[in-house]
Amino acid sequence: MSTATTTEVVSRTGEVLKPKKHKGRILGSVVIALGIAFILVYCLAPFYWMIVSALRRPSEGRSTELIPSPISVENFIAVFDPSNHFARALLNSLIVAGSTTLLVLVLGVFGAYALARLDFRGKVLVMFLIVATSMFPVVTLVVPLLKLFSGGFVWFPFNWINTYQAMILPTISFALPLAVWNLNAFFRQLPVELEQAAMIDGTTRFGAFRRVILPLAAPGVFTTAIITFIAAWNEFLIALTMVNAPLMQTANVAISKFTGISQFDTPYGTKMAAGVIVTVPLIIMVLIFQRRIIGGLAAGSVK
Amino acid sequence: MFNSTSRPLASRRTVLAAGGVTTAAAALAACSGGSSDGGGGGGDAPAADFEERGPITLAKGKDTTGKLAEFLETWNSEHPDEEVTLIELPESSDEQRRQMINNAQAKSDAYTVLGLDVVWTAEFAANQWVVELPQDKFPLDDLIPATVTTATYFDKLYGVPFITNAELLFSRTDLLEQAGLDGPPETFEEMYAAIETLQKEDPDLLGFGSQYSKYEGLTVQAAGLVASAGGELFDAEGKPHADSAEALTGIQTVRDGFDKGFIPQEALTYKEEESRAAYQDGRLAFLQNWPYVWALGQAEDGSSSVNGKMVASLVPGFDGPGSSTLGGLNLGVSAFAKNKGTAVDFISFMVDAVQQKEWGLATAQAPANVGVYEDADMLEAFPFLPQLKEAIDNGASRPAVVQYGEVTQAIQEAVYACFSGETDAEPAMKDLQTKLTELTAQ
Amino acid sequence: MTSTAARSATIGGRRGKRIGGDHGRMAYLLLLPTLVLLALVVGFPLVLSAWQSLMQSGQGIDPATGLIIKGDTFVGLDNYIDAVTGTGAGAGFWNAFWNTTLFTVVGVSIETVLGVAMALIMAKAMRATGLVRASILIPWAIPTVVSALMWQLIFDANGIANRLLDYQVLWTTEGWQAKAAVLIADIWKTAPYIGLLTLAGLQTIDKQVYEAATVDGANRWQTFWRITLPLVRPVLVVAVLFRLLDAMRMFDLPYVLLGTLDSGQTLSMLATDAAAKTNFGAASAYSMVLFAYICLVAFLFIKLLGADVIGDQNRPPRKRRVPRRLRTTSEGSMP
Repeated sequence: MSTATTTEVVSRTGEVLKPKKHKGRILGSVVIALGIAFILVYCLAPFYWMIVSALRRPSEGRSTELIPSPISVENFIAVFDPSNHFARALLNSLIVAGSTTLLVLVLGVFGAYALARLDFRGKVLVMFLIVATSMFPVVTLVVPLLKLFSGGFVWFPFNWINTYQAMILPTISFALPLAVWNLNAFFRQLPVELEQAAMIDGTTRFGAFRRVILPLAAPGVFTTAIITFIAAWNEFLIALTMVNAPLMQTANVAISKFTGISQFDTPYGTKMAAGVIVTVPLIIMVLIFQRRIIGGLAAGSVK
Repeated sequence: MFNSTSRPLASRRTVLAAGGVTTAAAALAACSGGSSDGGGGGGDAPAADFEERGPITLAKGKDTTGKLAEFLETWNSEHPDEEVTLIELPESSDEQRRQMINNAQAKSDAYTVLGLDVVWTAEFAANQWVVELPQDKFPLDDLIPATVTTATYFDKLYGVPFITNAELLFSRTDLLEQAGLDGPPETFEEMYAAIETLQKEDPDLLGFGSQYSKYEGLTVQAAGLVASAGGELFDAEGKPHADSAEALTGIQTVRDGFDKGFIPQEALTYKEEESRAAYQDGRLAFLQNWPYVWALGQAEDGSSSVNGKMVASLVPGFDGPGSSTLGGLNLGVSAFAKNKGTAVDFISFMVDAVQQKEWGLATAQAPANVGVYEDADMLEAFPFLPQLKEAIDNGASRPAVVQYGEVTQAIQEAVYACFSGETDAEPAMKDLQTKLTELTAQ
Repeated sequence: MTSTAARSATIGGRRGKRIGGDHGRMAYLLLLPTLVLLALVVGFPLVLSAWQSLMQSGQGIDPATGLIIKGDTFVGLDNYIDAVTGTGAGAGFWNAFWNTTLFTVVGVSIETVLGVAMALIMAKAMRATGLVRASILIPWAIPTVVSALMWQLIFDANGIANRLLDYQVLWTTEGWQAKAAVLIADIWKTAPYIGLLTLAGLQTIDKQVYEAATVDGANRWQTFWRITLPLVRPVLVVAVLFRLLDAMRMFDLPYVLLGTLDSGQTLSMLATDAAAKTNFGAASAYSMVLFAYICLVAFLFIKLLGADVIGDQNRPPRKRRVPRRLRTTSEGSMP
């Protein structure tokens, strides 16, 4: 019954009907402004609390003053205490998260292309197998992986403890299923006809994919990259277990080792400060990349 | 490409069992004695090689002061061929424990000397994750006997006490005066009476607080309360007595405190720091906590409203002062590590009076070495030291059972249910007794 | 016009037009690295764990030495039976099961609604895009171990949450308030995740589709249900699916926020806890049960909502799929 209605909407595109009323427009923009305000408060209010908690003196960690007085940067200085090797830890995080993201994108784009555009037996099974690897609790994977990477099995004669690859490989595996599925969903949204047109023009399949589909799917690829990067940046358990050398640890692991003034003291201040330090550059970086990458892809795309 | 020999901490050519995790029973080379077939048993713990020397690691939660790095520097300059590398574990002790167990399960030799919480001794020993230590190689006579007990399992030594700890009662001189007392209360009765007097004048005053949140600290409270009342949760044979009259008295007294408002409801969220904050803000009249509170409470930077008014004494008891549960850290040696000879020497170095005094002064943690408690510098730095020594000597141990994880969870469930008013003390402790009996029957 | 027509054809099923060539081999070649890696890092440990779940570690304590007699015993399904009947080492299983279910169902539902709402707003926000995009990343970007601590501070008995409420809720004690605390912290962190993915989905929708709808006189509500939602659905389904998988495995947040409180215990925590108590068999059994539970939920979810995401193996004739799709589309618009 209502089928008719919908078909109407989609198919009767050519007809010109009267423009919308103005009242709706104004109401609409008020709703959007309120919505934006809501998003900002929602996202930033707890983060504000994180920042002020970091700006208190370490001895006043539990204060509930809305603006710390006196404002103190002691916690931020403490984060970069030489014994924490925090700058090095940030670099390690960047290396691990960066390589993870690159590799996930490459593997994910390959896999998703195969699933979205190629026709082969067992596709559903493969897709389910891939997603199934995201269904097992990571905490249970840790001990076998530790044994594997410390040379505990004869068929894997490497000792990877305190190496980047011991952190990167598992992290890739945790991020890949989402990347493959997500990119697959984006590629499928785009009409095959576009590629076919390019191929008729004499481009190879990959040329068509790279120059037609990839630019059009850019928002999807970029979001997948952000999500992968953040997930890798925030990975903790594997990084903690596979690495015990201070110079190889990631920022999250370094944060977990911060101590307060005593063994019972959770160092809220320094941990909040470190939280701010690891989050803000990430956001800035994402914003810069967003302009560059999306801009670049759009420029290089087909006309 | 991934050359294992190029990694400094890599376990070169480590002989590890092939095959599945589960079938790798008794695969460690050192473990040839005793545990072969289930029937016989009775053998001694496997003998470890305490002659092997070389570089080792120390796995421990991070040091708050930088003192440990100094110790390692001293040691390493004197023993260039037997360097000790520090592996910092996360700050949370659950996380430390998880890392150690993971490494033991993977039979990794990454950790040599382990910083073990006093309550892990039985479990780590029984699982043979740490080796029995030769008693004659350590200055055990210099260490407080109660602390050595925490490192002992089935009359064998599995660790050497490095630091210890006992809780104290912190009162406020101004409030004591106001309540008409000339010294800190010794019993719950005296303390509750004082709170009643004080609350008549200031109804907002919260009274007494200790760590009643549902976590390990609650077991610390329970074991201390039961010991203060003259009972024990487990006897020397390992039999539970959670429903004894003494245990009931101990638990019921705190429950009464909650019921009558002498202990605030928010104390159910108290861990060490939450309770310290409440005391330092001047909201709590009495606080039971570890000695670290002293220095922070006396701070003069405006963060503490009780500075200059603090007085420390033994925790409240029933007929007189009560006992506190012992905390602390023992140093053990991983069963899977190499160079156990170096490990033994290094542990002796760490518990030597020189290091122990320096450690105490730098970190304000209670050393395990007896001599340090008589030291003039220490007494000057920590005026409550005599009380602390007394508290440690009278300290109660938490149950030394293999299934400590299950036991402490059962204790926390029962005591929390009672303190939060969900069940009464008697059924809660009866139930606990049944559970503990079941758990230790195996 | 052409684009819209092309798109509706795409939605309906672009199957039938092939790019041609020897697909099978190339597809597997492209997927091979992914599959090998997943087999090594997840598959292999999973098999070990499945085996371990049939075992009991240790054979009791030697009464003379106090040492655990080593060796694993094959106990068949005992660990699973303990879990399901809630006895022995399995005590706490059902509590953890229901907590996991509650956190997943309530958490993911609210996250989805909030996330989609955020995406719709952001898609319309012309000027403030940069600011909004940056701020929406923040909850998701703060490491969980840090944000859980932040919430611990906020939910302290004398913390800012209670100060704003002007009432002392003891958030970190047993009860509903503890579950609420976990949910609030989890939703805060992950609604932006759904928002981000949905926004990306919205951005790939052709503007002309909207123009067409506006011209047809559809109001905003109709446009959302009949056009936006169906078009963004494949992406949204994937986002929600992966949120489901993560929510069901939730671990760090309740662990840091509530410690061992029963009110926050999830199946992942139970497995960790069992391993920490050296009940490795039970720990593996919990993990396997959780794995099976997640498989089931994911399967049903994909079956019900995401058939077109997973592939068109069955190749339904084009004529039949178009009406089906349209029916789904308009169902939402009925009151």
